[in-house]
Amino acid sequence: MAKIHVSPRSIVVPGDLIAEGDDVEAESLFIEKRGKKFYATITGLVSVEQTDDKYKINIIPLEGAYIPRPGDIVIGLVEDIGLTHWEIDISSPYKGILTVQEALDKPFNPVTDSLKRYLDVGDYVVAKVIAFDRARDPLLTIKGKGLGRITEGSIVEIKPSRVPRLIGKKGSMVNMLIKETGCEILVGQNGRILIKCPNKDIEEVLILSIKKIEAEAHTTGLTERVREFIRKERERRGV
Amino acid sequence: MGGTGAEKPTLIRWEERDGEKVAIRIDGRLPEQLRPIRIEVGVLGNADGSALVEYGATRVLAAVYGPREAVPRHVALPDRAIIRCRYHMAPFSTEERKTPAPTRREVELSKVIREALESVVLTEMYPRTSIDVYMEVLQSDGGTRTAAITAASLALADAGIAMRDLVAGVAVGKVDGVLVLDINEVEDNYAEADMPVAMAPSLDKVLLLQLNGVLTHDEFIKAFDLARRGILEIYKLQKEALRKKYVEAETSTTG
Repeated sequence: MAKIHVSPRSIVVPGDLIAEGDDVEAESLFIEKRGKKFYATITGLVSVEQTDDKYKINIIPLEGAYIPRPGDIVIGLVEDIGLTHWEIDISSPYKGILTVQEALDKPFNPVTDSLKRYLDVGDYVVAKVIAFDRARDPLLTIKGKGLGRITEGSIVEIKPSRVPRLIGKKGSMVNMLIKETGCEILVGQNGRILIKCPNKDIEEVLILSIKKIEAEAHTTGLTERVREFIRKERERRGV
Repeated sequence: MGGTGAEKPTLIRWEERDGEKVAIRIDGRLPEQLRPIRIEVGVLGNADGSALVEYGATRVLAAVYGPREAVPRHVALPDRAIIRCRYHMAPFSTEERKTPAPTRREVELSKVIREALESVVLTEMYPRTSIDVYMEVLQSDGGTRTAAITAASLALADAGIAMRDLVAGVAVGKVDGVLVLDINEVEDNYAEADMPVAMAPSLDKVLLLQLNGVLTHDEFIKAFDLARRGILEIYKLQKEALRKKYVEAETSTTG
């Protein structure tokens, strides 16, 4: 029989005993199993889910760097240009590699052509991580729907650990933001957010709400509070 | 450091309390009593994680950067992160100005603290990166290495770096034949022995143990037990401080 030592949605710190027993299953990388006991290895919020015969425990980290995973959509900044690849800062300990094959639809000849013509240093791109095995830098692609160079909008940066909260359960938070402000929002898993707003005033309100979500990510009832915040700000500013 | 040439102060006073003779230390503490401890987490805006720890008048600031790309690149390891530590005493931290250049002592302490941290941080989760830990002693009154390691482990946790357990440290000393917990500078200067200990309490592992001076076998066992009790107390305060950071943010927004 499992014994749970924490209350759901409470904050755990490294070394905290979360649960013990054979019918407990850890879903997070940040839970370490020692014998029959499960310990937290990071500061975060725990969740306990009970199914028929199992307890599933998980930790949502509150801090930490972005570690790329294949399939993630990220927003990157071109940092350097090689002969046949770009080096892209994805606000992670590892820098992204974008090869020509993953960027252009036609054959590329480095003798007659220059990569600078397509993407220059300082350009922002929406990219997808296609592979990352930790032994080499993550490979990116900009081939696909919605991917490629960013030509308009603004970029907001938050801590990568706050991204799940900004998206919310099944996208509830980000959908609320889109509905309330009428802006287009694209959230990169690495903590960069692309926003396209109808005007500057509403953009300011949206940025403030995103920063508010970042600061209060660990609190409950945040969606409703942010909705309230946006309505108040819009009224106050008359937009 | 200080007391050379000066007359030795009375470090232990024996008092009658409830019919028993008790040792009272120079600052009024009982032998097994810690100094007042203050811990604050997340005190620096630019670092990924930070902590300020005070053991009485000893004050240490720790900052963590990382995991980040290791520079120069050849120092990176293919299968895990490297930890780089700098323990440093600020020129104004001591009674007489200390030269800011790293001394032999500081290099040694940086090394032993690094080794202590390496055994709790899950470095294999962040291959090819570096985790940089900077510890700055702002004010020194004995027990700076143990305060530094306590602060460093909190700063790591604040940075969101995965680790098996927090690390807490405290020094035990033998002063005028009495074993005392958390010795301060004056006691250290005239002590017969000084033993800093750092542990990962939930793992129940010792990560750092040094001993200056002489203890008998029995004294060592007693001293170690004393250190362990002190560490468990500090460990509780550490966890409280880490949680407090988020609870405070919550009350300030809902209230």
